[in-house]
Amino acid sequence: MAITDVAHDAVDYVRPAEVAEEELYHPKTWLGKYVFSQDAKIIALQYSMTAMAVGLIALVLSVLMRLQLGFPGVFSFITPDAYIQFVTMHGMIMVIYLLTALFLGGFGNYLIPLMVGARDMVFPYVNMISYWIYLFAVILLLASFFVPGGPTGAGWTLYPPQTILPGTPGADWGILLMLVSLAFFVIGFTMGGLNYVVTVLQARTRGMTLMRMPLTVWGIFTATVLALFAFPALFVAAIMMTLDSVIGTSFFMPAIVSMGQTLDYSGGSPVLFQHLFWFFGHPEVYIVALPAFGIISELISVHARKNIFGYRLMVWAIVVIGGLSFIVWAHHMYVSGMNPYFGFFFATTTLIIAVPTAIKVYNWVLTLWRGNIKLTVPMLFAIGFVFTFINGGLTGIFLGNVIVDVPLSDTYFVVAHFHMVMAVSPVLAVFGAVYHWYPKITGRMLHEGMGKFHFWVTFVGLYCIYYPMHYLGIMGVPRRYYANEGSTGLPDWIPESAQVLNAGISIAAIVVASVQLVFLYNLAVSTTRGKRAGDNPWGATTLEWQTSTTPPTHGNFGKELPSVYRWAYDYSVPGAKDDFIPQNVPAGQETGDAR
Amino acid sequence: MNFRDQLSVKPWVAQRGLVPSSRGFSAATPKVTLGVFLCIASVLFGLFIAAYFIRMGYADWQSIPVPALLWLNTVILIASSIALQWASVSARRENPEGVKLGLYVGGGCTLVFFVGQWLAWQQLQELGYFVYSNPSNGFFYMLTTVHALHLFGGLVAWVRATSRVHRSKEIALSRMILELCAIYWHFLLLVWLVLFGLLLAT
Amino acid sequence: MVLAIILVLLVIGSVLFHFLSPWYLTPIASNWGFIDDTLTITFIVCGFVFVVINLFLAYCVYRFRYSKDRRAEYEPENKRLEWWLTAFTTVGVVAMLAPGLFVWAKYVDVPEEASLVEAVGKQWSWSYRYPGEDGILGTVDVRHIDAKNPFGMNPDDPNGQDDVLVSGSEFHLPLGDPVKVLLRSKDVLHDFYVPQIRAKMDLVPGMITYFWFTPTLAGTYDVLCAELCGSGHYNMRSRMVLEDEADFRAWLATQPTFADTQTVQVATVSGSPEEQGRQIAESQGCMGCHSIDGSPGVGPTWKELAGRTEELADGSAVIVDDAYLVESIVAPNATIVAGYPPIMPAYQLDDAQLAALIAYLNSL
Repeated sequence: MAITDVAHDAVDYVRPAEVAEEELYHPKTWLGKYVFSQDAKIIALQYSMTAMAVGLIALVLSVLMRLQLGFPGVFSFITPDAYIQFVTMHGMIMVIYLLTALFLGGFGNYLIPLMVGARDMVFPYVNMISYWIYLFAVILLLASFFVPGGPTGAGWTLYPPQTILPGTPGADWGILLMLVSLAFFVIGFTMGGLNYVVTVLQARTRGMTLMRMPLTVWGIFTATVLALFAFPALFVAAIMMTLDSVIGTSFFMPAIVSMGQTLDYSGGSPVLFQHLFWFFGHPEVYIVALPAFGIISELISVHARKNIFGYRLMVWAIVVIGGLSFIVWAHHMYVSGMNPYFGFFFATTTLIIAVPTAIKVYNWVLTLWRGNIKLTVPMLFAIGFVFTFINGGLTGIFLGNVIVDVPLSDTYFVVAHFHMVMAVSPVLAVFGAVYHWYPKITGRMLHEGMGKFHFWVTFVGLYCIYYPMHYLGIMGVPRRYYANEGSTGLPDWIPESAQVLNAGISIAAIVVASVQLVFLYNLAVSTTRGKRAGDNPWGATTLEWQTSTTPPTHGNFGKELPSVYRWAYDYSVPGAKDDFIPQNVPAGQETGDAR
Repeated sequence: MNFRDQLSVKPWVAQRGLVPSSRGFSAATPKVTLGVFLCIASVLFGLFIAAYFIRMGYADWQSIPVPALLWLNTVILIASSIALQWASVSARRENPEGVKLGLYVGGGCTLVFFVGQWLAWQQLQELGYFVYSNPSNGFFYMLTTVHALHLFGGLVAWVRATSRVHRSKEIALSRMILELCAIYWHFLLLVWLVLFGLLLAT
Repeated sequence: MVLAIILVLLVIGSVLFHFLSPWYLTPIASNWGFIDDTLTITFIVCGFVFVVINLFLAYCVYRFRYSKDRRAEYEPENKRLEWWLTAFTTVGVVAMLAPGLFVWAKYVDVPEEASLVEAVGKQWSWSYRYPGEDGILGTVDVRHIDAKNPFGMNPDDPNGQDDVLVSGSEFHLPLGDPVKVLLRSKDVLHDFYVPQIRAKMDLVPGMITYFWFTPTLAGTYDVLCAELCGSGHYNMRSRMVLEDEADFRAWLATQPTFADTQTVQVATVSGSPEEQGRQIAESQGCMGCHSIDGSPGVGPTWKELAGRTEELADGSAVIVDDAYLVESIVAPNATIVAGYPPIMPAYQLDDAQLAALIAYLNSL
């Protein structure tokens, strides 16, 4: 794959990321500029818009699920099959096709070259192909809504054997499309990911040492490395499951009597699939979390006008969390029937991760301490992130500690936990990032009033959805249930009040979901009617705010690439004229007119 | 400065206001990229092998016989690897004839390897070892296919290298791509030896 | 200012919610009070951290709000403080992990004297097997499973002859004795889940999994499935009755052994035809897919089924009469009602059983 483009001219090979401005080839046609563009910034927008569009579909699915849970039996078109199909597609889309694509394909593409001072990614052509393969994967995935049997309803974990057996919706066509789509996603992502990693390693501008990189780049870089090494596990599992389904191998399939029929499978191990899946699946959590960590560090530092506290520890924590995330996967499998003695090891490694993660939280809060905090919309979202992340991180300790996980696993506690930590917090980070960088991307500010309204409803609403949900789980309400009332009626330990709570959560969910329309309206309208932003509206130090044009043109920095003289967090330096010193300001000019 | 030292500097004091000279790896970008890609491919094959070992632990596993033909295929793949190394070295010595010879022999051997693998498949199927008969068979067909697909991806680069060698008079211009091809073939040879060893040993 | 107040309110609200909400652990019915204890420890430690950090966050937001006349402090790091925080966090983590691992060691260590019971799951019903008088469960194999031998018992294994087979909708256990629950699945993943005993474990086809507990509180408990197992997952129910030893023995004596089921047709059902039909439907797991109250399920509801006109998948319509019902039971995939997947297995029932079932269906 990527090898083909490695084969550029040899000795005189120049990195496209840092050629002189006049040597850049600027596309002339509209198609070349905006559709088949090789400019990382355009590719970033393509990634982001596709991810957000598919995310909207997943959002609608979640509203449909909440309708069923809040008002069971009222909406007759939501059948048990439809419900678990919604669950599956919602989960898979949100985790892979929205968050992974948005953080790495979207923010990664836009921010990495700008923040490290490169003209573009090192392999722009491969970068473009990466997006089109991603789009193809998305189309394949969505196509599964229209095939006989509909999309797969196996849960986003796709556990065999049920995934490919009758009794689960979409067991023939839906699951195949899902697996093929995932395989393409992995291939497309690998192309993009190679670019992000090598650009950070090789194309940093003069003076941009590793420790001068903004934490956003560190977060996205480490997450990309994780993704490159974790996605192969998903790829392997998808291939083996496809073979089990289509050709009849028995990698994961034991001897089974399904719906009265004895099948030809024998001897396979469903637990093997779970190991492969979670070897990918746990790092995936950090693939989403680490970019959010980086972005939040950026937002807090910029808007508190203060250097990030403990930068070195922040970098080390990102790297350590990334490394540890590969040896904790089986904490998703404490009650899976694997050797129970694994529980000791995985509980220990999992709780060790709590330490570097806690350090990150402390350092965010300590950055605010003695800061000069501007409560701009991005800052509101950043603080909302810290609050919800603390909550979600702490409930993770419950589930990581093997024995505490036993009663809580497969209940709404798990649902509430991973939504708090993997949906609410990253989404707040995404929103904060959009409000923060939108002025650079479009040259205009987003409307602040609408932004604040959007923040308050989203933040408080999401917390009210997921915090009470933990308690349904502690009580024991199982997840992925179409209805709590079964053939034996409502279990007597589920009080009627639980249904009231469910209805309340559903209403909150509908409110929060509809407020996102305000955000979309703001995004659309502000492109033309927003206040003009200027080059550096927030007074930030990092390189993307020092471009000569806003939005930056192809090639990012005009005639000459910037040189970097300092780290990314010179805010409120004693003696300096402004309360920030951009990274490209040399010694001796801090006190004069910085720009 | 090595990686660890780089990560332990205090960036707010270290060479503040100056532009330090060091950055990036000293290796060329294409080589770094290939290196990262080979790491990913190693993880991929590593996971296949891990799955192989875990699945092997179950009762129904029956080893698949290794066709003798695979020995011949191994020799052919070694030959192609040597030939491409020859091409790479010749490019460094500015010997166009050697480059062409190495490329043709290397590419040819690779094609022969494909045919050889396909024949090995045929032999096994005639003996009744189908993909679905036993997980060991499934792994055999799957691993050889994944390996062959990687080799096929390499052939795309090989085509580009060959056309470049023909187009440009300056052999030095093709040095990098030839070196990359050689490295990639060595890697796939190594993977094959590991897979072949695995099949023989189990 | 507003943000600080809201943050404080959210913290207070969360804590109040914890103490005041009616939703918390179910009353425990097993020896696993240790699990509740570790949960409580975790709540205390995490709750403390949650309150302290968030209140500090709110304080910072309020105290260091923006002012034109002030500059933030320049403070790149503070090694001592960072060491202290790391150490403090480590202590908290150890305080939660150590008791957790201690209890887990108990959880994985099954007492030697534990009695055995096997729970068998299939889409979407449960059945149970006791080892009988010899205390040994007979061997089983998927290949032996058919309508006559739903447990897949090996007919040649003498240990299996006296195994007690319970394919009903409930099973019983005696109080006070540890019991090792062996878990076996015939088709896909399931999870044996009774919230009140805290312990749970997946059923994995192709292997036997287990967990153990000691029943401590008499009563009838719902058994649920906690691992997504397809369309009828939410409806895969059964009941567990915990009672004293004597009642348990008496109940067990009424259940057939494997040998019984193979030789004579035991009359395990009694009462009016409708009642017999109801019992058959429960024991065959029909309720996993068909509701009797009109609520939607994996298959069509049985409420007012008889006499109804059903639209079929091929577009035609059929009036549900006895003949149609019989066909739908013995050859369910011959005609499929529109909107439902063709996944119902064929049932081999004798004429008396069919008649009882039809009588039951007609009564709904």
